[in-house]
Amino acid sequence: MITRMEQLRNEIHALARKIERRISIMEVCGTHTVSIFRHGLRSMLPANLRLISGPGCPVCVTAQRHIDAAIELTRRPDVILATYGDMMRVPGRRTSLEKRRADGANIQVVNSAETALQLADEYPDQQVVFMAIGFETTAPATAAVVLQAERRNIQNFSVLVSHKQVVPAMLALLRSGDVPLDGFICPGHVSVIIGARAYEPIVRDHRKPCVVAGFEPDQILSALVSLLRQIADKRAKVENVYSAVVSEVGNTVALDLMKRVFVSTDTPWRALGTIAQSGLELAPAYQKFDALRRFQIQLGSDEDDPRCLCGEVIQGKVEPHECPLFAGECTPLTPIGPCMVSSEGTCAAWYKYHRTVNSSSHRERSA
Amino acid sequence: MIHPRSDTKQPDKTPPVSDEPRVLLAHGGGGELMQRLIRRHILPVMNNEHLRNLADAAVVPWSASEVVFTTDSYVVTPLVFPGGDIGRLAVAGTINDLAVMGAAPTAISLGLILEEGLPLAILDQIMSSIAATAKEAGVMVVTGDTKVIERRAVLNTPQEDAPYIVEGMMINTAGIGYLRRGVSLDIRRIRPGDAVLISGTIADHGLAIMSLRKGLAMDSELQSDTAPLNGLIGDLLSSGVDVKFMRDPTRGGVAGVLADIVESCEISVEIEESRIPVSRTARHLAELLGLDPLTVANEGKVLCVVADSDAERALAAMQKHPLGKQAARVGRITDTQPPLVELITRAGGRRIVQRPYGEELPRIC
Repeated sequence: MITRMEQLRNEIHALARKIERRISIMEVCGTHTVSIFRHGLRSMLPANLRLISGPGCPVCVTAQRHIDAAIELTRRPDVILATYGDMMRVPGRRTSLEKRRADGANIQVVNSAETALQLADEYPDQQVVFMAIGFETTAPATAAVVLQAERRNIQNFSVLVSHKQVVPAMLALLRSGDVPLDGFICPGHVSVIIGARAYEPIVRDHRKPCVVAGFEPDQILSALVSLLRQIADKRAKVENVYSAVVSEVGNTVALDLMKRVFVSTDTPWRALGTIAQSGLELAPAYQKFDALRRFQIQLGSDEDDPRCLCGEVIQGKVEPHECPLFAGECTPLTPIGPCMVSSEGTCAAWYKYHRTVNSSSHRERSA
Repeated sequence: MIHPRSDTKQPDKTPPVSDEPRVLLAHGGGGELMQRLIRRHILPVMNNEHLRNLADAAVVPWSASEVVFTTDSYVVTPLVFPGGDIGRLAVAGTINDLAVMGAAPTAISLGLILEEGLPLAILDQIMSSIAATAKEAGVMVVTGDTKVIERRAVLNTPQEDAPYIVEGMMINTAGIGYLRRGVSLDIRRIRPGDAVLISGTIADHGLAIMSLRKGLAMDSELQSDTAPLNGLIGDLLSSGVDVKFMRDPTRGGVAGVLADIVESCEISVEIEESRIPVSRTARHLAELLGLDPLTVANEGKVLCVVADSDAERALAAMQKHPLGKQAARVGRITDTQPPLVELITRAGGRRIVQRPYGEELPRIC
């Protein structure tokens, strides 16, 4: 008896044979990257199908200047910086939040924006700053606490906003033309919020098929089948193989929250540079909660380690093992670039699931 | 410095005002109070001819030629967790270290380090657990020591488990056993083609503790597997199966033990995800915490390597014992180079498995 996984695998191989040429598909989201590695899916794919891990890990795309701003905030008296745990070890220009905490800075790891706001209640004599990173998955929660802080007139809470939007980044990658891409596996969680329809501009303007997928291995392989069918038929449309969870229009309540509290703005991405209208900043009515304004901090410039290829990795230009630092100087214990820090980073996933045990060279299975 | 926690309130750091009897610093002073502590709270649960006299050391009759000797310290927090406590862990852990070396454990020592303020009721509970576990394993606690240390200062960096650190205890146990005849456990005897067996579901202990620390609601469902394995291992070894290698996959989990094999023998291991026993609850919790069950600690499981032709007999021997009912053959040794641990995933793909590299940060999205 042939299992569903075998059936999907056979279909992928048949389609790839039919297409003949080399095919490059980007999985945009870090959770997909981890799932693909954890389930060993790359080893099941045909040699001419390449998966590229995209810029969908929120930690990995946060520009160094935002990390430096957070570090600067920890030097201000009476400030408690509340951050998601993954940000602790990302190196800033000179230090990291983890090192600042060891130096005595008051940094609290929180799992939600809501918890950060609770800190402001618990410590009325201190200023709580929430480091708000992430895509449309976390931005609505930030919007909700800003509204709550406004309604309750909370004076000791502010937000360092570094939220980003996925679709403008995908469009920027296509516009740059540096990476040959044949289609996208679109993120599951982000799509719950923005809806499958949000990818229409990619299909319309660039004729690249987009398939929204869940995180189970069969859903990822189904997405690949959908993409390869479109590529074989020279079609490009948005398909949704995660329709039990993702709707066409997304979560309108969450989208409304974001629309009320944020406006789109140009924002710097790690190593991708500034992408027009790809970020979110507080709308004028809520700018009193902007930590940069409240503490009069200017964003500086980024000085990433020139040897670190994280930027190229998240654009799919190189694979982690091609970076001179990978698995040598840069490991999950001593990360140099953010792709190695985040559990969803491409380099961390390679290190954990794809590297050989005794050497730093990767083992190519799919070729 | 502050320690905000959203889910758990910090316990009061001031000395207790309740009448609940607690360990005092004076209990460790060697005087009357100490005598009372030992006679009332320690001896009653495990009275035996060695301990009764409160001598400085135990005299243990010995006839075997080789003694297997080990020691381990236990600092787990919280002290009591679903499926066990620090006492059961301290007895089982040391017994298991002896058993996987092919020894039949006979006696252990018990060093208690109590922290000022520890409620005596908790001490009693843990002492009963130590006695019960030793009895279950057929091993005697023959000598011991008790010290009391000052209440530890609260750490000045926020720690997730700070509330558990306020008053506690630590235990050191050492154990001896005689080496069973005819057993030749040696990692260097492992050869390609050999079978890898595990005695039951993995990751239960680590996940039970982690879910408790993180305040996950499902904690009551998942129990630590802490248990003395000398009975199970004794049955396996006396079944006549030639076991080549055994280890209890504690910290570092199954992945850690397999990495040891690969590194020592320069051979590869191939395991199949679908054959590895993991309970539904454990699988779900691991998913939630972003952990790979292969890297999570066990305290009542043994991983062994036997020749392929011995695998079925070894499994049958383990499955006859209550602690080995879910024993399974999970993989095999191969001569693939370079040496690595490979997992054939449930999905049908392949990936490598590595020794966990330390703290895994929680996922945010």
